[in-house]
Amino acid sequence: MVDYLLILVSTVLVNNFVLVQFLGLCPFMGVSSRLETAMGMSLATTFVLTLASLCSYLTYTYLLVPFNLEFLQTISFILVIAFVVQFTEMVVHKTSPLLHKVLGIFLPLITTNCAVLGVALLNIKKANGFTESIFYGFGAAIGFSLVLVLFAAMRERIAAADVPAPFKGAAIAMISAGIMSLAFMGFTGLVAI
Amino acid sequence: MQTLYLAIIILALLAIVFGAILGFAAIRFKVDGDPIVDQIDNLLPQTQCGQCGHPGCKPYAQAIADGEAINRCPPGGETTIKALADLLGVEAIALDAEHGTEAIRTIAYIREDECIGCTKCIQACPVDAILGAAKQMHTVIVAECTGCDLCLEPCPVDCIDMLPVETTPLSWHWQQPKQLIATSTAPHNHGAPSHD
Repeated sequence: MVDYLLILVSTVLVNNFVLVQFLGLCPFMGVSSRLETAMGMSLATTFVLTLASLCSYLTYTYLLVPFNLEFLQTISFILVIAFVVQFTEMVVHKTSPLLHKVLGIFLPLITTNCAVLGVALLNIKKANGFTESIFYGFGAAIGFSLVLVLFAAMRERIAAADVPAPFKGAAIAMISAGIMSLAFMGFTGLVAI
Repeated sequence: MQTLYLAIIILALLAIVFGAILGFAAIRFKVDGDPIVDQIDNLLPQTQCGQCGHPGCKPYAQAIADGEAINRCPPGGETTIKALADLLGVEAIALDAEHGTEAIRTIAYIREDECIGCTKCIQACPVDAILGAAKQMHTVIVAECTGCDLCLEPCPVDCIDMLPVETTPLSWHWQQPKQLIATSTAPHNHGAPSHD
């Protein structure tokens, strides 16, 4: 149990995917201009990341390893992720129109989110087991959601602030992301994993 | 060499299985939109004027499908009510005066030398038919304007006129026959003459 808690703390704070490992930066900058869209994106990403890390683990362990085809991991993970996302989108569209309204436009976007592929590959690299993989994916997603929502809230305030002309727009967003990243680097050493 | 074949086979297998499941899911989880809403929406004039009390034509179409009265669309007028009544199989009723009266089709015209370039009418326009920028005079794209009157109210200098559309060879249409014979279907009438 403690192990899983450690994985969560590690992925959410210490090794945060966005601010420490610099994965998934494109949605981090792209959909963080409004808090509402950031929430939608966070929800969708949590969903997909957890599911994708589970599926890619299964594919790797039960399909690639028995045939000594570990070198196919990247391409087959991309296939798995694309499939999972597309399938989820269809099921959600059919079963829950409300959820589809919230997540709808974000789901296909996440297919190309490098954090998703990153989690799948890192799971293999760290030799995580079945449950560990799920927790790792879930933790990564929570970490992603945390910084995305925080950053969106920050950008909404920056939009109202009096920013000097040369820093307006993307520049101030980059700078604040950098400062936020520095802050998260401060979590290094919180837990040893 | 064997590894190569194995790799190709495994990847192909993976792709085929996923493709098959997705293909199956596309049929199994097929979502049909509500066709009646689209049909109703087709009959509405698409002015997006909001006089019916809904934010646009599509929401009103949805409301009609849910049982709202069909006589709340002034821009569409009697023709739209009649077409809706035919589609839904209900009695055609007179236009609800509470939501406005049917007027001749007009389009907005901005008196450009009086325009102060405040952009307020641009924000009000539901179909983006007004062109202009801050402190530049604005003008109306005639082909896009639906004559909804929404730009009149926000204009601080009252420089927008609603001019009746004159019938030109481009906008003239054959009159609809009063009585349709049994084999003909009701023509799609969008209320306003199109300029295409």
